[in-house]
Amino acid sequence: MKTTLTVNAREYDVDNDPRRTLLDTLRDDLGLPGTKKGCDHGQCGACTVLLNGERVNSCLCLTAMHDGDEITTIEGIGSPDKLSALQEAFVKHDGYQCGYCTPGQIMSATAMLKEISDGAPSYVSDDLQTASLSDAEMAERMSGNLCRCSAYPLIREAIAMASEVKK
Amino acid sequence: MKPFDYIRAGEIEDVAGGQIIAGGTNLLDLMKIQVVAPDALVDITRLDGLSDIAEHEGGLRIGALVTNTTVANDARVREGWPLLSRAILAGASAQIRNKATTGGNLLQRTRCPYFYDTSQACNKRAPGSGCAAMGGAGRMLAIFGTSEHCLAAHPSDMAVAMAALEAEVEITNASGETRCVPMNDFYRGPADRPDVETVLGDGDLVTAVILPTPRAGERQTYRKVRDRASYAFALVSVAGSVRMEGDTIKDVALAYGSVAPHPWMDQKVVEMLEGETASNELFQRAAKTLVPETAPHPDTEYKITLLRRTFIAAMRQLTGLADSAGTDISRAHS
Ligand SMILES: Cc1cc2nc3c(=O)[nH]c(=O)nc-3n(C[C@H](O)[C@H](O)[C@H](O)COP(=O)(O)OP(=O)(O)OC[C@H]3O[C@@H](n4cnc5c(N)ncnc54)[C@H](O)[C@@H]3O)c2cc1C
Ligand code: SF4
Ligand code: FES
Ligand code: FES
Repeated sequence: MKTTLTVNAREYDVDNDPRRTLLDTLRDDLGLPGTKKGCDHGQCGACTVLLNGERVNSCLCLTAMHDGDEITTIEGIGSPDKLSALQEAFVKHDGYQCGYCTPGQIMSATAMLKEISDGAPSYVSDDLQTASLSDAEMAERMSGNLCRCSAYPLIREAIAMASEVKK
Repeated sequence: MKPFDYIRAGEIEDVAGGQIIAGGTNLLDLMKIQVVAPDALVDITRLDGLSDIAEHEGGLRIGALVTNTTVANDARVREGWPLLSRAILAGASAQIRNKATTGGNLLQRTRCPYFYDTSQACNKRAPGSGCAAMGGAGRMLAIFGTSEHCLAAHPSDMAVAMAALEAEVEITNASGETRCVPMNDFYRGPADRPDVETVLGDGDLVTAVILPTPRAGERQTYRKVRDRASYAFALVSVAGSVRMEGDTIKDVALAYGSVAPHPWMDQKVVEMLEGETASNELFQRAAKTLVPETAPHPDTEYKITLLRRTFIAAMRQLTGLADSAGTDISRAHS
């Protein structure tokens, strides 16, 4: 199946078995191993990427269904000498232990901060008309990203710091 | 995954050619472990006309491909049908809701562990093979509407909200003819064919869900009880809306989730409540009417107490006996 993807602002033509997931395409065909495979079943968030600007689990996407789509991975939001605000905040606040969940956490948080600035509510919002970044809101909004090392408090600190920088 | 032909549907007629895939968040999961192994997969995501929310006879018509996130965030839904926003936001994760579609959410399969395990008997996965859940472990199973062939519950949060809101499902067949069925007629009980879950026939496509006009001034809520605070399926849930006149309970709509093969509704309970004065005593009586003393599987006996308590808590919230976060007032969305 011939598919054209724009990944991190670069166009790629791939020719895959239709069973190929976007996660496997990114890691194995395009040489972008930053996106991780935790469960391969939508349960952990390690494979989170931005699909046309929105966070999704790439393990639950078939590459063939995404012809023409734009994908951003952890490799696309910063580089070792020029970290994104969230990447920098994770380093500063030790927002990880083994680091396996970290690319997914950072991609998810990148989208989450935008969702909040767009006014998207969450299940724990008192009022569906407003969006805020309290600790409880962050825990709820980031619940699709599990951390086996349980670095959650530091992950939330890092996100809070990055959101301050953004303001 | 077993090999399959990938078909990108351009027209409604193409749908009859195989298994529909929309967001893929449920189907791909099942295909990876070969619980579902279609010969052909029909990608409906590029069909026209299914991706919008439009005003419709005072209510809304939500296209089948509109994502769960888009519905929950829609300003009109948040104003007029806040319980639908809450129910969707209570489900899965932000990542999954961004991909999951309205049609796919209604048609997601059960979370019965034996349905997922191809080494076990399961009438839903392999008709006629038996039901390993009977005599097995089963705390996610249903307590209402089961049959001797299947005890599974439907896991959707969104569908429960839509049932309480008296939504209808719009179905289009391969010749392009459209019909609408109320949520409660859309799902079939398991009877002797638990593998047949809805009234959809071959080539039928869910094209939209229709929400009727909201009742302004109603209090609405969606209460979900689960094993962890977020990113877990409901053990039980209650979707409700109530209009009060002073202390008197007026219009009531209630639906219960994860307790039956489809969103569960009980007219007897509604009749017990309407026209009465709100009180703890009334809610306790209604809770006993709603949930009988026995469950079809020993592992779900806890749901008897849990559903009664969740129902009482929801009614206290909806009638103002208790002030509680997560109560929203429906506004006319004009
Ligand atoms: C880890 C995890 C946690 C989850 N937690 C929750 C939760 O707490 N609450 C909850 O409610 N859900 C939960 N879900 C389920 C999620 O809501 C569903 O996977 C999703 O809604 C399915 O939508 P989809 O578009 O991805 O469907 P798909 O996977 O594309 O399809 C699902 C089924 O619907 C059929 N179908 C799809 N669209 C149509 C149509 N228009 N007409 C006819 N048939 C159609 C497909 O053939 C398939 O059988 C969870 C899922 C995961 C993976
Ligand atoms: S309860 Fe239903 S889904 Fe579960 S094993 Fe029995 S037949 Fe299968
Ligand atoms: S690898 Fe995709 S959610 Fe776990
Ligand atoms: S840092 Fe190890 S899984 Fe999160």
